[in-house]
Amino acid sequence: MSAPVAAPYVPAAASRLRPDALGVLLTAVGVLALFGLPFVLFKANRILPGEPRSLLAVLPAAGAWGCGAALLLAALVAVLARDARLRLGGALAGLVALALAVAASGDILTPPGNNVVRVAPGGAFWVLLLCLGLLATDAITRLRPGPLTRVLLLAGFFVVMGLSLAHGTFDHLSVMREYAVNSERFWRELLRHVWLALGSLGAAVLVALPLGILCHRVPRLRPGVLGTLNVIQTVPSIALFGILMAPLAALATAWPWAAALGVHGIGAAPAAVALFLYSLLPVVANTAAGLGRVSRAAVEAAHGMGMTRWQVLSAVELTLALPVILTGIRVVLVQNIGMVTVAALIGGGGLGTFVFQGIGQTAMDLVLLGAIPIVALAFTAAVLLDALVEVLERTKA
Amino acid sequence: MITVENLSKQYGAATVVDDVSMQIERNSITVVVGTSGSGKSTLLRMINRLVEPSGGRVLIDGKDTRAEPAHLLRRRIGYVIQGHGLFPHRTVAENIATVPRLLDWDAARIRARVEELLQVFQLEPATYAEAFPHQLSGGQQQRVGVARALAAEPALLLMDEPFGALDPIIRAKAQDDLLDIQCRFGTTIVLVTHDMDEAFRLGDRVAVMSEGRLLQYDPPAALLTRPADPFVARLTGQAERAMRLLSLTTAGEAAVPGSSTGPAVPASATLREALSELLWCGAESVAVLDAEGRPRGRLTLDLILARGRP
Repeated sequence: MSAPVAAPYVPAAASRLRPDALGVLLTAVGVLALFGLPFVLFKANRILPGEPRSLLAVLPAAGAWGCGAALLLAALVAVLARDARLRLGGALAGLVALALAVAASGDILTPPGNNVVRVAPGGAFWVLLLCLGLLATDAITRLRPGPLTRVLLLAGFFVVMGLSLAHGTFDHLSVMREYAVNSERFWRELLRHVWLALGSLGAAVLVALPLGILCHRVPRLRPGVLGTLNVIQTVPSIALFGILMAPLAALATAWPWAAALGVHGIGAAPAAVALFLYSLLPVVANTAAGLGRVSRAAVEAAHGMGMTRWQVLSAVELTLALPVILTGIRVVLVQNIGMVTVAALIGGGGLGTFVFQGIGQTAMDLVLLGAIPIVALAFTAAVLLDALVEVLERTKA
Repeated sequence: MITVENLSKQYGAATVVDDVSMQIERNSITVVVGTSGSGKSTLLRMINRLVEPSGGRVLIDGKDTRAEPAHLLRRRIGYVIQGHGLFPHRTVAENIATVPRLLDWDAARIRARVEELLQVFQLEPATYAEAFPHQLSGGQQQRVGVARALAAEPALLLMDEPFGALDPIIRAKAQDDLLDIQCRFGTTIVLVTHDMDEAFRLGDRVAVMSEGRLLQYDPPAALLTRPADPFVARLTGQAERAMRLLSLTTAGEAAVPGSSTGPAVPASATLREALSELLWCGAESVAVLDAEGRPRGRLTLDLILARGRP
């Protein structure tokens, strides 16, 4: 009677070899992209359409096979491996191989001393980057790293990227070519981008915190305040910029000192005001919700023990509501970093300048010079604030 | 001594506390009982001015409580509420140190006081000082709440249904602890409850409130033997009043010289417990033993029954 003995082994073996669903899907997408889409685009100059080049056509045999082997390894690990560390290792190995391959393509396709030729990453590169990036994030999520580990991972990523950019690894790629031409302006617009996003957030927090406290203390005001802010949120950003132009222009005309302070119908002023208005709702709503969540007994005890009103508010109520308030601030910051992009349309500056200039010139490389840092900024803000919220939540469970 | 003079509180047309006057002796436990909505909590909260009276005044040792800002007054008065109200973001030690910090005690004095209180409340400092409230059991949280209220050595402790959220066994232990604490620190305690057993067990004097008015303010035995109002009689429970009366006297107090061959009870047991023991064993008398287990006297059934009559 061998059947009963053998039976338990079948499901065990099957589960050990059961392929990972996400790994299979991403591998399939990656394979299709690698063979169906160009790895890089070669352009004789920046506005000409690119000629597609595949990985095999660009790299020497050893390089192409090396890169292919690394990608194959990443795919095998993604499909078969269970251990999250192994999966993360596989995805990172694939990403490094991909980065080296695209950098090498730039070096090989650019004739020495030629500054006109552009080598841009192609569809296969972007799809593979997305697939490997998803695999890496998935592996990190499975590892459940603590907040500090997540921040260290992010810092590690920036150190590696910073070192390779400083070393010039990617200098022959089109985006870096655009950077080389625009480097001075790039840092200025990046700073302006961050400044607009953080400045409007800071001003909004100064107004929204008291407003949220008021909504908590006087529940009658709550529907009115939140309803008004909700209406503002539904106005599309471009429309809001337009609505603000006339009053701000009138303001600047009526009071020259306002104009001297930088208030104009177009430029940074309407952008900052619009972002400020958009920022109010999440912070006000979360402040009121966070305060509402604070234990009434703790507040009562705080008063009963002789804390002043200010001490109760700052040391008990706001401190306990802080994780919820910070969650609101996180939403606003990520939202602002994205929305500042549109401010470039009305002369507000920021990285959106490159995006819209690039669209105007049909120079995708210039668009990327603006878009990639915007994504990186938003991602960084989200990781940092999430980690902060988690640290604060942890101490009070 | 606390003097409550003609104290009233109105919210709009509703009178929550109606012209209450009472004297609270120093080093005593006064229990305020009443049904919900009787105004007992409001009365308590007017003593530390969490609620400002509409009329009348409160004097503590002859001094009007309105003579100083409310928050300074409250730092001198301990306050314990139902569900403890511990700060979830602060450790046990930090919670206990709340009022001493508000009073700017120096760090060494605060540390010594926190340690002392943790020991008094049977919470090993090494284990519990740095713990957060959510890591403690309900009974431990409640003890930390009382320790926090006593941290700055207040002469007066106000307690608003402090044991309401505890299960019966832990509640009995907490009540015993409170009696010990009161002996040890000599604190004057005013405690609000709706639990008559708790009132009889803890109170040197019991104030019965109904619809904002103080119906009777007497030692527990007087409430049973001379209820001032039908409501008081109902609240104290006519079916149980004889047994309640017995529970107010200990076997040691009622014992007479002599020996008994019946079961033994400790001198600290109540007459109610001694009677129960007699009924259970079918004996005519019990031997009363002192704390060291030596015979101290005896109690007969007749003696006990005589104590159960007004």
